[in-house]
Amino acid sequence: MAVPILKQGEYLIASIQAALTDSDMLTLRDDLMTQVGKFRSRGIIIDVTALDVMDSFASRSLRNIAYMTKLRGAETVLVGIQPEVAFAMVQLGTSLEEVNTALDLEEGLSFLNQRIKDLR
Amino acid sequence: MEEHLVVAVRTDGDVLLARQTGRRVAERLGFAGSDLTVISTAISELARNIIQYAGDGEIMVGPANEKGRTGIQVVATDSGPGIRDIELAMRDGYSTGVGMGLGLPGARRLMDEFAISSEVAKGTTVVMKKWVRGHG
Repeated sequence: MAVPILKQGEYLIASIQAALTDSDMLTLRDDLMTQVGKFRSRGIIIDVTALDVMDSFASRSLRNIAYMTKLRGAETVLVGIQPEVAFAMVQLGTSLEEVNTALDLEEGLSFLNQRIKDLR
Repeated sequence: MEEHLVVAVRTDGDVLLARQTGRRVAERLGFAGSDLTVISTAISELARNIIQYAGDGEIMVGPANEKGRTGIQVVATDSGPGIRDIELAMRDGYSTGVGMGLGLPGARRLMDEFAISSEVAKGTTVVMKKWVRGHG
């Protein structure tokens, strides 16, 4: 199931709607990379509220997306990690250390606004 | 209730199917909240391991009963190349694939019991269990 990506000014908002297969995740990566260039986006919000599992592959993919798009000049923030998912990620031992996170879409937007203001 | 469900694991879609099946079975067995996420995550890691290292295999989920405790049992089987050095494969960060090397050790941390047996050129079997809280 493809992840819809919404262009909102300088930002791209990717809202994951349901569990993703590994290939869906890679498609999301490629789509974001393309659109960052096409729309000259400065920020990306990936909403993972709908994800009930974040296993090592998903974590690694999201980390890669954040890093790859940063190399193209966009800042990524991950929003909506559910409490149970956070709990399982810690036990599993996955690391999202360098990835920006925020509670929800609203917090994610204000994080990006601040970050991009600081960069200017 | 006492039935075991088997999911054939060949594609990345099957990884989703396996963990969704596991979650449903776990729910029926009395698990709730973060335990459901923990169990699905562990199944996801094992299913992906099957695809990555063996190509195909299966995951069986069903009830576990022992000394008055109830829980879930997950058995992942493949007839892949097997694991030459299990101790090494169970080490965090060790990976011959594309992952974080967290699959097996991560799944062990998520579950209450974890046993692995493997024979080179024959395949690998992982049996893991988690007990419903308050019964364990």
